[in-house]
Amino acid sequence: MTVHQSTDNSSGVKRTVRNTLFALVAMVGFTIALVPLYDVFCEITGLNGKTADSAQVISATGVDTSRTVRVQLVTRSAPGLPWRLEAINQVVTVHPGEVAQARFRFTNTSDQRLSGRAVPSVSPSQGARHFRKMQCFCFQEQWLAGGESLELPLVFQVDPALPDDVATLTLAYTLYPMGEEIALGGLHD
Amino acid sequence: MKRFALTGICFLLLAALMAGSTYAASINTSTGWNMPPGVTDVSREVYSLHMTIFWICVAISVVVFGAMFWSLFAYRKSKGAKSAHFHENTTVEVIWTAIPLVILIVMAVPATATLKKMYDTSNAEIDILVTGYQWRWRYEYLGEDVSFFSNMSTPRDQIQGLEEKGDNYLVEVDEPMVVPLGKKVRILLTANDVIHAWWVPDLAVKKDAIPGFINESWFLVNEPGIYRGQCAELCGRDHGFMPIEVKAVPQEEYDAWLASRRDAAVAEAAGADREWTMDELMERGAGVYNTYCAACHQPEGQGLPPVFPALAGVGMSVDPEQRAEHIAMVAYGKTGTAMPAFGDTLSPAEVASVITYERNAWGNDTGDMVQPSEIRDLLGK
Amino acid sequence: MTPETTQSVSQHSVSDVASGHDAHAHGHAPTGLMRWLLTTNHKEIGTLYMLFSLLMLFIGGTMALVIRAELFQPGLQYVQPEFFNQMTTMHGLIMVFGAIMPAFVGLANWMIPLQVGAPDMALPRLNNFSFWLLPVAFTTLLATLFMEGGGPNFGWTFYAPLSTTYAPPSTNFFILSIHLAGISSILGAINIIATILNLRTPGMRLMDMSLFVWTWLITAFLLIAVMPVLAGVVTMMLLDINFGTSFFDAAGGGDPVLFQHLFWFFGHPEVYIMILPAFGIVSLIVPAFARKRLFGYASMVYATASIAILSFVVWAHHMFTVGLPLTAELFFMYSTMLIAVPTGVKVFNWIATLFRGSISFETPMLFSLGFIVMFTIGGLSGVMLAIVPADFQYHDTYFVVAHFHYVLVPGALFAIMAAAYYWMPKWTGHYANETLGKWHFWLSVIGVNLTFFPMHFSGLAGMPRRIPDYALQFADFNMLSSIGGFLFGFSQLIFVWVVIKAVRGGVKAPAKAWEGAEGLEWAVPSPAPLHTFDTPPEFVPERDSPSRHSDH
Repeated sequence: MTVHQSTDNSSGVKRTVRNTLFALVAMVGFTIALVPLYDVFCEITGLNGKTADSAQVISATGVDTSRTVRVQLVTRSAPGLPWRLEAINQVVTVHPGEVAQARFRFTNTSDQRLSGRAVPSVSPSQGARHFRKMQCFCFQEQWLAGGESLELPLVFQVDPALPDDVATLTLAYTLYPMGEEIALGGLHD
Repeated sequence: MKRFALTGICFLLLAALMAGSTYAASINTSTGWNMPPGVTDVSREVYSLHMTIFWICVAISVVVFGAMFWSLFAYRKSKGAKSAHFHENTTVEVIWTAIPLVILIVMAVPATATLKKMYDTSNAEIDILVTGYQWRWRYEYLGEDVSFFSNMSTPRDQIQGLEEKGDNYLVEVDEPMVVPLGKKVRILLTANDVIHAWWVPDLAVKKDAIPGFINESWFLVNEPGIYRGQCAELCGRDHGFMPIEVKAVPQEEYDAWLASRRDAAVAEAAGADREWTMDELMERGAGVYNTYCAACHQPEGQGLPPVFPALAGVGMSVDPEQRAEHIAMVAYGKTGTAMPAFGDTLSPAEVASVITYERNAWGNDTGDMVQPSEIRDLLGK
Repeated sequence: MTPETTQSVSQHSVSDVASGHDAHAHGHAPTGLMRWLLTTNHKEIGTLYMLFSLLMLFIGGTMALVIRAELFQPGLQYVQPEFFNQMTTMHGLIMVFGAIMPAFVGLANWMIPLQVGAPDMALPRLNNFSFWLLPVAFTTLLATLFMEGGGPNFGWTFYAPLSTTYAPPSTNFFILSIHLAGISSILGAINIIATILNLRTPGMRLMDMSLFVWTWLITAFLLIAVMPVLAGVVTMMLLDINFGTSFFDAAGGGDPVLFQHLFWFFGHPEVYIMILPAFGIVSLIVPAFARKRLFGYASMVYATASIAILSFVVWAHHMFTVGLPLTAELFFMYSTMLIAVPTGVKVFNWIATLFRGSISFETPMLFSLGFIVMFTIGGLSGVMLAIVPADFQYHDTYFVVAHFHYVLVPGALFAIMAAAYYWMPKWTGHYANETLGKWHFWLSVIGVNLTFFPMHFSGLAGMPRRIPDYALQFADFNMLSSIGGFLFGFSQLIFVWVVIKAVRGGVKAPAKAWEGAEGLEWAVPSPAPLHTFDTPPEFVPERDSPSRHSDH
């Protein structure tokens, strides 16, 4: 009787272990999938002020001239890159649906050729997904020779679907070096 | 026995409250043991929401603990209680699932309304960009051309117990954020290095400042005064030492303050137009060093290796070959460390003097001087 | 029936057949240290787990006292901020992963086979391995304190980028130790699930199991679900630190907030992992000393399952201030508040069990009653924390510290103490000394309330957590907390004394040590012999049993 019961147990245990291991593997997969899922989720909901990370096409929903939205452009530089990033137009007032442009100036104040990337973030977050960028330097890294200065445009459109209570959209760019070893290579030791 | 213990606890707590006058007055509108009602409409709404939930919780505890302690008392075995046999009752179980649900809905309704109000940042008249640094705040008045760091001003000796602690110990700064009364102020939050959180209890504003991302919140103060807060997200070594001070003043005073900040910035920039002497640079540099550098690199330049390198006697600050690297380090900062880009935020005179100071203090004695004009030309300002 | 079992080769093989392994290694039992290193016996492994967790409780407790000593007065007296941050971090990690969780696993090891009538855990060798991972993990973790740059200093929640780009060099070892502790938990959970689902004595259906077994079954599923997420998070940290990826670094297109979402997706179920088995323990002890069947057994099971399921949709209530969109804040506020419903059901059921019982107040009962009261206080402050606008004021203050210590110390820890006193006769054959037990309880109650109650006040008044020094207005409450902390800490030495006394002697216990206790564990002699239930015991479901009358 004991032996009989034990055999039953052992196949049951094997099955349970197999199932739990399967669940475990599924959870590991789920965890890995969470990273891209989170990005997709952020893009759809504007969570965390994230905007699409590739150029969007102009949406032809018409211009809503009854409303104006203040688009505020803010720039910051993270440590480690001898560049300056300035918003030439600090505030652009647009009607929802209208295609507008803002200009930024990148200046490399060092004498080395260096690369950097400006990472965008939009606030308030419920406005982020309604901020559509047609052309933006934020999608790729920029290279500047020593002392070089470059003006780059941001072409954007505020979706007329922007919630009514959002009257100001702030777009902040933080300039980061691409790979610290390039940026200030010999300087750290 | 249990009652005795509870009485004891209550007594001790009461004693604590009565002893509450040992130290300085409250740093906010709190009574010292409760949430501060604060000085904005929103903060008062949050306070009353807090008190409502609190009293609901007290009422629940009275009922629940009342029933429990009464059962414990009435059905003691030592008094000969015999146990009953029931072990379920669907009606009762449904009732006590439903009642909490109703109570929760009662709580959720006002909470939702208040939250919606707190999220409405529209129609703000002033925008201030708040950036968290390890371990100071930077305020940038957008469109006003005014920006500055706000550092804790409590002397180190008070912290180490060498000097008597002042009333605003650890919650005082050198340059407060100044805002006008009666104007909706929108703050945009970000960080330079790690995550910080900007919290002023009297304004009921707490929001994380996240590197690379931007958050926002708002407040509107009607009562003049100084409102103090602290960083509320662990951000490293001196997390406990990055206070916030918001000074609410009448509009005219605010305008005058803005003008004086602009004038001071112009005067500061003009410092780069002249030649400084070694003594001038060392004196200015010592002040800048103690405010911006000493927390990590330590007052005597010994650092806290391996995270915060020493400056005294070693490395680029004593190497005559590395003068340019030293300048670049201070001006541009170092990626992935607490070393920010001071070239962006301090004046050429401040950057030049602190580099000169680091190259000559604590026996470094390189004799190197860095002139403010050199920094200005380097940064192209 | 109570089979008087003795050690024999055949019984060894029964337990090993259950695991699907050969029993060739059991010809002669090793002795001394090797016996403990190689043991596959669930009781010995359970004992090892509990002794380990007791050691960790004292190490983590010592760190808490370093913190409380520094906070006794304003100013920096004994430690510098960088060491203070290491203490807060290590205290949290050690208490969560080293003290509370292993203690529950130890109790599961000892009691689940006894309560379901199984000869051993389903996978005895794996059981040995999961335990011995823990000393390795925590030796590694503690060793980081002595490395250059010190140990982890970023809080037990290790938010990036403070824990990645800005972390001390020892962080790789921290990640390694979290991985090891995580693997240990996962293997333990698999073993527990396999035991409960397959080794129950014939006739015992799932709805006949003791609530301790039920809560552990649910807990084990939670562990399987979320430990991989923790492992994933620390692996991403490892990659960010060493291999140039940027999961959590905005500079490379990553997002520090992603870290928090992932961490709390693990972290909130983790909170319930530390409290569900406590619910199970209290649900056994309260009926035993009220001499009355547990009220609402089925609703207890459903409430536990509901809490477990809800725990997956509330994680962002730890992140109300990170700037989530309004709709997300509202969703997480409502879902969090909803947890109060099943939790309330549990508390009401316990009180209904007390109602019209025949109650006596032995030490296990005292700790259980203390649990109900103080866990409820922690639960109510939890409801307050769910209210988002108010949470903006509470978040990251001592109010939060008070809240989670109320649910973890007089909550989880008191339940563990209650379990230890309750089953001490079964483990050692002797009752725990009742006088010392009562001293232990009352000093703990006073100490714990004196430590944590004032934290509500200092937090509300505006004291942020994780700061080594504070503004003067918080001085009085901190002084009280520190006095309470030392009282509570030193009171736990009484427990060590109680355990030593019970192991060495004391009042002998019969098989059924408590008059009102129910469950198969009371069918075996006290102390329980090394091998029990080699043949499955006869089981009469409680609902059919005429027992538990007060006629005696």
